[in-house]
Amino acid sequence: MSVLSMPALRWGQPYESLEVNEVRHFLSGDVVARISQVNGGMVRRDMRQAGKARDILRQIPIEELLRKAAVAADLFETAELPMGDGTQTPEQFVKQQSATTGLPEVLCRSNITKNAFVLRNMPQILEALTRGLDPKILEAGYGREDRGVIVSYQAQTTVLGAVLPSNSPGVHTLWLPVVPLQMGLVLKPGGQEPWTAYRVAAAFQQAGIPGEPISLYPGGHDVGESILAACNRSMIFGSAQTVAKYAGNPGVQVHGPGFSKILIGDDCVDRWEQYLDLMVESVYSNGGRSCINCSAIYTPRHGKEIAQALAERLGPIDVLPPEDPNAGLAAFTTEGTAKAIWEMLQKDLGQGGVTDMTAAYGDRLVEQEKVGYLRPMVVHCASSEAEIAAKEFMFPFVSVVECPQAEMLGKIGSTLVATALTEDKDWSRQLVTATNIDRLNIGPIPTNRLNWLQPHEGNLIDFLFRSRAVQMSDEMFAALG
Amino acid sequence: MSTAELDARARQAKEELDAQTCRVVAYHFHDSTGCPFWLEKKRELKFDPLKEVRCYDDLKKFPEFQDEWLRGGPIRRWVPQGHAGKPVYVFETGGTTGIPKSRMVIDDFRTDYELFSHTLPDEYFPKGANWLMLGPSGPRRLRLAVEHLCQYRGGICFCIDLDPRWVVKLIKKGWMEHLEEYKKHCIDQAVTVLTAGHDIKCMFATPKLLDALALGLEERGTSIQEVGITGIFSGGTEFTPQWTRYCVEELFGGPPEVSGVYMTPTYGNTLMGLACSKPVTAADGYKISYYAPQPRAVVEVVSFDDYNQVVPYGETGRVKLTTLTDEFFVPGFMERDEGEREQPFEKYPWDGVSGVRPFHEFASSTTVGVY
Repeated sequence: MSVLSMPALRWGQPYESLEVNEVRHFLSGDVVARISQVNGGMVRRDMRQAGKARDILRQIPIEELLRKAAVAADLFETAELPMGDGTQTPEQFVKQQSATTGLPEVLCRSNITKNAFVLRNMPQILEALTRGLDPKILEAGYGREDRGVIVSYQAQTTVLGAVLPSNSPGVHTLWLPVVPLQMGLVLKPGGQEPWTAYRVAAAFQQAGIPGEPISLYPGGHDVGESILAACNRSMIFGSAQTVAKYAGNPGVQVHGPGFSKILIGDDCVDRWEQYLDLMVESVYSNGGRSCINCSAIYTPRHGKEIAQALAERLGPIDVLPPEDPNAGLAAFTTEGTAKAIWEMLQKDLGQGGVTDMTAAYGDRLVEQEKVGYLRPMVVHCASSEAEIAAKEFMFPFVSVVECPQAEMLGKIGSTLVATALTEDKDWSRQLVTATNIDRLNIGPIPTNRLNWLQPHEGNLIDFLFRSRAVQMSDEMFAALG
Repeated sequence: MSTAELDARARQAKEELDAQTCRVVAYHFHDSTGCPFWLEKKRELKFDPLKEVRCYDDLKKFPEFQDEWLRGGPIRRWVPQGHAGKPVYVFETGGTTGIPKSRMVIDDFRTDYELFSHTLPDEYFPKGANWLMLGPSGPRRLRLAVEHLCQYRGGICFCIDLDPRWVVKLIKKGWMEHLEEYKKHCIDQAVTVLTAGHDIKCMFATPKLLDALALGLEERGTSIQEVGITGIFSGGTEFTPQWTRYCVEELFGGPPEVSGVYMTPTYGNTLMGLACSKPVTAADGYKISYYAPQPRAVVEVVSFDDYNQVVPYGETGRVKLTTLTDEFFVPGFMERDEGEREQPFEKYPWDGVSGVRPFHEFASSTTVGVY
């Protein structure tokens, strides 16, 4: 694997820093890329020019940007693209991303497909995000809807800043619509996963989208802080602590743990075996790393049997080399992390009423020379009071929690995705009105299956635009065109 | 300078260091001049410092200096009998939570900064020019030291209010908006002074505040260059080659000969004096190498496994500081930094250190440059 030197991109211009971060292969320790590092001051200074990003993109109609995004999709998925001082094929991308993140290659490939899908189907995605708004209204800032009323969407920023994670390459779909919405991108790529941001930027540029509106600022914490401080709208991915830190800040959209759940209703629970595949997929897909992976299953009865059946399916799954097509577990590439999580789990498992159902399937902690893995875990909780019932980890982990249906909504806490297995209309109505559930699936839909024609977590349109009133005479409306 | 001449200078410097070591140890461990702390410590030692320290290397006989010894009082236990009756300052480090480390000082900070003054180019740090101290106020050495440096050079020093302990608390609380506002508050004070007709030409600034000041000035339609600053001294482990390049290229408007703005990095702490840098240039990749003010203080780069063993030139090790003045004696304090050992050169014919950065074993738990 040749070592790439990748500059920062300051409004599309490469910037070679004297400080480089050597991104290494998680197993061999070999250098895979050298990434130029910038400082927070540079970001703040560059942001004084942020208006230009939108000015440049507003010269290109949204419809044309959507067509270019579709071209970028093909390029992202299939082309050899310029990358730093070299080039990168999709297969090299997979190898590089797997090498530095510890993700199995098969998951890296599926993330390529996912990102390309979103780029390719951007018109439909925007239609879903805007609930059918004509893109021309966003383009002009106002327009007349079919019902004859003038509506206006006021852009709240000229760029979206994003502090990207290293551990879950799937989340990049969230910021992909920004450029087609005629706003610039100011990204801090993940320290171990710079690949997606760089490849998307290269694909956009090759597809004919100007480079100036896109900045990539690899660097330390001060870079992230500067992006959040200098961009009117930004998103960050992180822990529950990060979520708490930025809670209430209207300029920052925080993506933290999802605490996604499956809730089994009284009416369906006696048929739980029918839903076993759905539960396994919800827990295990994408290495259990996504916020949309299920971390708890609440059930009014049969909890032990459900946990046992899940353990029989998930417990035997073992660590495989990243290139193995059957590999499904990602490595914890920071030394000591897997062990630290395991020790934390041991304390939780010591609580009364908590049973490790996967204990019979061999050691969960797998320590290798430089990295560690955690094999899937299924835990049975006799009560929703068990602390572990409210926890989420970066590997396939699920608590099966005994809880009466009537108490579930009061016990589950904040939930990004809830799949309710029920046909009970009254309970369904309660679920629909519950404010602690973001994305709701009623029926047998795995928590990880996103319908792209539904708005997803933290609707980007609501975040980037503000619906406001504009009043004008018909004559003026016609004159403005 | 030929190698032979440099070798001769290095030998002479070593002799001066050995002589200073003997003088200082004799002072601190003699009943009539030493401080209560070291006189008491002498009883625990397995050797007699008065008889068995004959050169700098003999300092290895001392146990590693624990900066925890500096926490709490009474502060008078550090005042040498030989200085009894003189006015004493106390300078503190840390102290956001718990008891700060404190060091007593009589004249050392003045001496250190006077020595440093002689390294500053008059072209960019004109004698008689007024200064701005854009750094922490309160019980810090830096506040008084910079003011003394300015006065020593014939100027008057303007200062701002900056409580670094509150800054650390804001970060720990996650009050990032308050942090931004506090930074603005500090920069507003600086801009007010700089634009009030005081003819300020020189300044001390921490890297973060220098950056914020440049941005603040530019937002007001001016710049560091335009407000008349020609000489800046700064310091800390954030002071990397890339940082220096960024300052030169983006904050100052070019190298000194083009922009008229000169910046010199320094390295030090309250325990030690002030290590100066070799001139930093683009041609040299903005490399920063620090040299301690020997024989009053020594910087060594030692093996991670054996703190009494210096690493070969160019190799990486942990930074070890030694202070040898008649006010304060620190025989080998392990700094929380690492770097590469540098060769002596003409101006400083003793070892230096380059690439200073937080010690890798502490790096994840070390917060640097919060203000």
